[in-house]
Amino acid sequence: MEHIRTPKVENVRLVDGISSKKAALGTLYLTATHVIFVENAPDTRKETWILHSQISTIEKQATTATGCPLLVRCKNFQLLQLVIPQERDCHDVYISLLRLARPVKYEELYCFSFNPKLDREEREQGWMLIDLSEEYKRMGLPNNYWQLSDVNRDYRVCDSYPTQLYVPKSATAHIIVGSSKFRSRRRFPALSYYYKDNHVSICRSSQPLSGFSARCLEDEQMLQAIRKASPGSDFIYVVDTRPKLNAMANRAAGKGYENEDNYSNIKFQFIGIENIHVMRNSLQKMLEVCELKSPSMSDFLWGLENSGWLRHIKAIMDAGIFIAKAVSEEGASVLVHCSDGWDRTAQACSVAGLLLDPHYRTLKGFMVLIEKDWISFGHKFNHRYGNLDGDPREISPVIDQFIECVWQLMEQFPCAFEFNERFLIHIQHHIYSCQFGNFLCNSQKERQELKIQERTYSLWAHLWKNRGDYLNPLFRDDPSQTQGTLHLPTMPCNFMYKFWSGMYNRFEKGLQPRQSVTDYLMAVKEETQQLEEELEALEERLERIQKVQLNRTQVKSKQSEPSKHSGFSTSDNSTANTPQDYSGNMKSFPSRSPSQGDEDSALILTQDNLKSSDPDLSANSDQESGVEDLSCRSPSGGECVPGEDSGKDRDSDEAVFLTA
Amino acid sequence: MEFAELIKTPRVDNVVLHRPFYPAVEGTLCLTGHHLILSSRQDNTEELWLLHSNIDAIDKRFVGPLGTIIIKCKDFRIIQLDIPGMEECLNIASSIEALSTLDSITLMYPFFYRPMFEVIEDGWHSFLPEQEFELYSSATSEWRLSYVNKEFAVCPSYPPIVIVPKAIDDEALRKVATFRHGGRFPVLSYYHKKNGMVIMRSGQPLTGTNGRRCKEDEKLINATLRAGKRGYIIDTRPLNVAQQARAKGGGFEQEAHYPQWRRIHKSIERYHILQESLIKLVEACNDQTHNMDRWLSRLEASNWLTHIKEILTTACLAAQCLDREGASILIHGTEGTDSTLQVTSLAQIILEPRSRTIQGFEALIEREWLQAGHPFQQRCAQSAYCNSKQKWESPVFLLFLDCVWQILRQFPCSFEFNENLLIMLFEHAYASQFGTFLGNNESERCKLKLQQKTMSLWSWVNRPSELSKFANPLFEANNLVIWPSVAPQSLQLWEGIFLRWNRSSKYLDEAYEEMVNIIEYNKELQAKVNILRRQLAELETEDGMQESP
Repeated sequence: MEHIRTPKVENVRLVDGISSKKAALGTLYLTATHVIFVENAPDTRKETWILHSQISTIEKQATTATGCPLLVRCKNFQLLQLVIPQERDCHDVYISLLRLARPVKYEELYCFSFNPKLDREEREQGWMLIDLSEEYKRMGLPNNYWQLSDVNRDYRVCDSYPTQLYVPKSATAHIIVGSSKFRSRRRFPALSYYYKDNHVSICRSSQPLSGFSARCLEDEQMLQAIRKASPGSDFIYVVDTRPKLNAMANRAAGKGYENEDNYSNIKFQFIGIENIHVMRNSLQKMLEVCELKSPSMSDFLWGLENSGWLRHIKAIMDAGIFIAKAVSEEGASVLVHCSDGWDRTAQACSVAGLLLDPHYRTLKGFMVLIEKDWISFGHKFNHRYGNLDGDPREISPVIDQFIECVWQLMEQFPCAFEFNERFLIHIQHHIYSCQFGNFLCNSQKERQELKIQERTYSLWAHLWKNRGDYLNPLFRDDPSQTQGTLHLPTMPCNFMYKFWSGMYNRFEKGLQPRQSVTDYLMAVKEETQQLEEELEALEERLERIQKVQLNRTQVKSKQSEPSKHSGFSTSDNSTANTPQDYSGNMKSFPSRSPSQGDEDSALILTQDNLKSSDPDLSANSDQESGVEDLSCRSPSGGECVPGEDSGKDRDSDEAVFLTA
Repeated sequence: MEFAELIKTPRVDNVVLHRPFYPAVEGTLCLTGHHLILSSRQDNTEELWLLHSNIDAIDKRFVGPLGTIIIKCKDFRIIQLDIPGMEECLNIASSIEALSTLDSITLMYPFFYRPMFEVIEDGWHSFLPEQEFELYSSATSEWRLSYVNKEFAVCPSYPPIVIVPKAIDDEALRKVATFRHGGRFPVLSYYHKKNGMVIMRSGQPLTGTNGRRCKEDEKLINATLRAGKRGYIIDTRPLNVAQQARAKGGGFEQEAHYPQWRRIHKSIERYHILQESLIKLVEACNDQTHNMDRWLSRLEASNWLTHIKEILTTACLAAQCLDREGASILIHGTEGTDSTLQVTSLAQIILEPRSRTIQGFEALIEREWLQAGHPFQQRCAQSAYCNSKQKWESPVFLLFLDCVWQILRQFPCSFEFNENLLIMLFEHAYASQFGTFLGNNESERCKLKLQQKTMSLWSWVNRPSELSKFANPLFEANNLVIWPSVAPQSLQLWEGIFLRWNRSSKYLDEAYEEMVNIIEYNKELQAKVNILRRQLAELETEDGMQESP
C-alpha cells in the first residue's frame, strides 16, 4: 500500500483504555486494513487489531521521556495510546494512519478485500437472508388499499429511495410525482409500516416545500389518499420530529411544514428531536465524560447531564411512543417526517415499529427493521459514519442513538427481546467496520451501482450463523408475551433512561459487572438441552435393557460406556470457584460450534479481528481472580499515604485504592 | 390500656385508598393500637395493613367536607386516604400522629406481637459470639474472648463478650477503654484466614490538645502485628476534622507514638449530611414532573451516590491493605459506631465468602451492627419524609445495604441471597414486628428484656418458607476475594428501594421468574438424569453378574 510509510515499528508501548496503568511493550504493524499491535511478552503475545475504518481521530501528544505518544480514538469507543520511541517513526505512523483512516474511494474499504472463503452461492444466499418483499407480505400487503408502486423504477422520481415502495392504491403516478416535487429531495410519502390489527399505516417522507404560503394539490391529495387507505379513521397525524423553531426557520428557505388549513383532516404534531449537529456535539461531550480519569460522582453526573445525551434519547423514544400510541390506541395513520426524512424519521419510525410489532424484537426481525427503515430508505451511512473521507459536519451518531433506544427498552422489558446486548454492540461495531457491504454508501442506488452484493458479504448472514452468541436467555417466545405492543408509561419517567456503560465504556472491562447473568443463563440453557437429549437416550436404553432382561436373553448387551456428563454443571466443584470463567466454559461446549469447524479456520481474519476489537469475544480474560485495577478510579486518599515499602510489586491485576 | 385514649375515632366507613399502580379502593378504615387497616370488606381481604411505626409523616388537606390524609412511610411509600367528614379526618390524623410517635419503646408493636408461625430455631441464639469465635480459633491462638464488659461497665455500647489479643489482659483493656471514645477499645472485627491479618475497630483515641497517650493502647494494637510488619490505621474522617476533634478531647493516633502504623484519612460523611442526602434523593425520585436534565442534576445534588462511592472506596482500601499488602488494620472515626461499621462490614463482604451467604450475612449484621452497637433506635427513628431534623437520625445502615447491593449487582452470581433480603432488612430496621432492631446497643436490649419479650427477626427469616424468597438462583459459591469497581459508571441508583413505589416492576418480576424457571428446570432434569443413570448402572451390573458364572 502506497500510504504506509512504515509497515513495522518495534518497542512501541500500548496503553489500552483509560483506566489502564500498565503499558505493554510490543511491535506495531500497519497493514492495508488494520493496525496490529503484538505484545512482546512471550507467553501471551497478545494481539490487538484495529481496523482503519474504526479510527475516529488520531492525536499527537507531547513527547515524553519514553517516546512520542499517539492517542487513537475509535468509532466503537475504544481508546488506545501508542508510545513510539522515535519521533520520526511516530510521524510516519501518524501520517500513514491519517490517510488510512480516511479512504477516498469505496474500493479501499475492508469489505472489498475481506474474504471469509465462502463460495459464491453461500455469499448470494447470505444476501437473500433478509428479504423486504417478504416483510411487506408479512404486514399483509398488498391489500385492497395499498399496492406496490413502480413509480420509482430506475430511481426516476427519487434517487435516495428504493425502487420498491408501497403507496395507497388511490395515489396515481401523477399524484406521487406531483407530491415528490413538493418535498425535499423528492422524498414523497411512502409506507414504512402497516399495522394490520387496526388497518392503519406509518408513512414517511421529507418536509414539504411550503415556505410561508406555497401549497401543492397533489401533495394534499397524497395525504388524503393515505387517510382514505384507512377507512376506519377520519384523520391522520402528521408528526414533524423537529423542534418547532427549526421547522419554522426552514420556511424561510422555502421548506417547512404542513399547514393544517391546507390539508383536510390532518392533526399536526411537533416532537422536538434535535438535528445531527446537536447530536454530534452531545456525543462528543458525553465521550469526554467517559474519558475522564478518576472522575468524582459529581463530575460524572454533571458531565452526563451537560452532554444532554439522555435527553436526546428520551426525545427519540417519545417520538416512537407517540407514533405507536396513535397507531395502536387511536387507530390513526401517521405520516412522519423531519427535514430530509432520513435521520430523525428513521429513528422515530423504527422505534415505533419496535414497540408495535414483536417480530422486530426477534433476531431476524431486527435485521429486517434496520434493512427497511435505515438501509432501503436511504439513511446516509457513508456520510453519517464517515466511511469515506468527507465533510465532518455530516457525521452524526444517528443510528447509534436508535441502537441505544433498543437497549433502553431491553432494560425495561427484559423478556421481550430475542437478542441480547452483545447483538446490538456488534451491529454498532460493524456499521463502522466496513467489513461487510450492508452499510456502505448513502442509498440503494449507489449500492447497486457499486455492485455491493456481488463484491462483498452480508453482515446479516454472519450474525445469523453465530446467533447462539446473541440470544437473550430470558426471551419468552410464547405468544401471550410477545404479541402486541410494549406499553410504556405515559407519564414522563426520566429515571427510566440510564447511561449505557456496556456501549460507551465497553473497552473498560473493569467498569462492567464482573459476572454476566446472560452468559450464565445461556450456559445453563445449553446444559439443559444436553440433559434433555441425554434423558431421552437413557430412557431408551433403560427400556431396551429391561426388554432384554424380560426376554432373559443371554446376549450380553454391549453398550457404550456410560455416557459421561460433560460440560457445565451448576454444582461442579471444579467450576464452582470461577464463575467469571463462564465464557471459557461455554467455548468448551460441544454444541457451541462444532458445525462451524471448517469455516472457523477460514474466518481467521474475522476471528482475529473480533478477538481484538470485540471485547466480549476476547479470550484474554483477566478476570479469574475477580481482581481488577481500580487505581485511577479511587479518589485520592488523605495526605497520609502508604510509603514505598507498600507500593512495590503491584501488577496491573491488583486493586489499588491508594493513590501514590 | 393507653392506646384507647389515643384513638379518638377507631372506625370510619367509605374511606377511599389511593396507591400508585393499584386501582382506588373504597372501604372501612380501622385504627388499632399498632395498625392502620383499610378493608373493602369484600372476600375478607385486607387492602392495607400498615404499622403505625412505619409512618414517617402525614399531611392533611380539605376540600369541603372531604378530608384527605397523605401518609408518607419510612419505606418511602406514599398513600392517600380520602375520608368523608372533617371531624373524622382530623381525629384520624391526630391519632395516627400520636400512635406513630410513641415515646416508650415498650409500647412498640414487638412487645405485643404474637407470632402465627412455628419457631424452628430461636433467632436470639442463632449467632452467639462464642460460636463466631470458634470459627477463628482453629486458625489462630493469638486471640481470646474477653468478658471484661459483662456488666456493660467498661463500654456501654459494646456487647458483654468481645475478642481481643490474647497478650492483653482485662486490666489493660479497662485502661485502654478510658483512652477511647465511648470506652470503645480496639476489638477484633475480622480475622483473614488467608494470611492471618485482622481488621480491628474502635472509637477515636482521646488525645486531646495536649497529646495525651496511653501505653496500654499502644501495646494492645501493636500486639496484633507480626514481627517487622506494619499496619494501617484508617480514620474515616478527613485530617482537618480529626484535628478539630482534639479540641473536644478526641483526636487521632500520633505517628511518634505508633511508629509501626500508617494512618490514612478518608472522608465518610455522617449524621444530618447523610439524612439530608436521603431526603433530597427521595424527593427527586418522587418528582415526576421534571425533565431529563433536571433529574440527573437532582440525583447529583442529593450526593447519595457520592456517599456510596466514598464508603465503598474506603471499604475496598481496607480490604486491599489486608489482602494485598498483608497488613493488619484498625478502623475508627469518632464514635466508631457508624462509618467504622460500614467499612468493617463491607470489607468482609469483599474478603470473606461466608459473609456472602444468607447465614453469614445475618451473622455479619448481628456482629458488626447489632452487637457492635450501631444505635439503630436513634438512626432509624425517622426516614426521608420527616421534618424533625434530629442530629442523630441518619441512614447509615441503608447506605451500607445500598453498598452491598452495588457489589451484588457487579457480582450477581457470588451472593447466596438476592436483593429482597436487603430490602427486607431495610424495612425492619425502620419498622418491625420483631425486636431485633430495637434499642441502640446490647446493654439497652438487655434492660428491655427483648429476648424474653419479643420475637427475633431471624426466627422468622430462617424458616425454609421465608428463606426461599431470599435465595439467589444464580448463586455459585465463589471463594475468591471480589473487587468491585467504584467508578461512577459502575454505581447505580438502587431502583428496588428508591423507585420501588414509582415504577411498575411487572416486567422485571417477570424476568426474575423466568430466570428461576430456567434454573429450576435444569436442576429437575439433572436429578432425573442422575436417577436414570443409577438405575442403568444397577441393571447393567445385575446383567454382568448373571452372565459371569
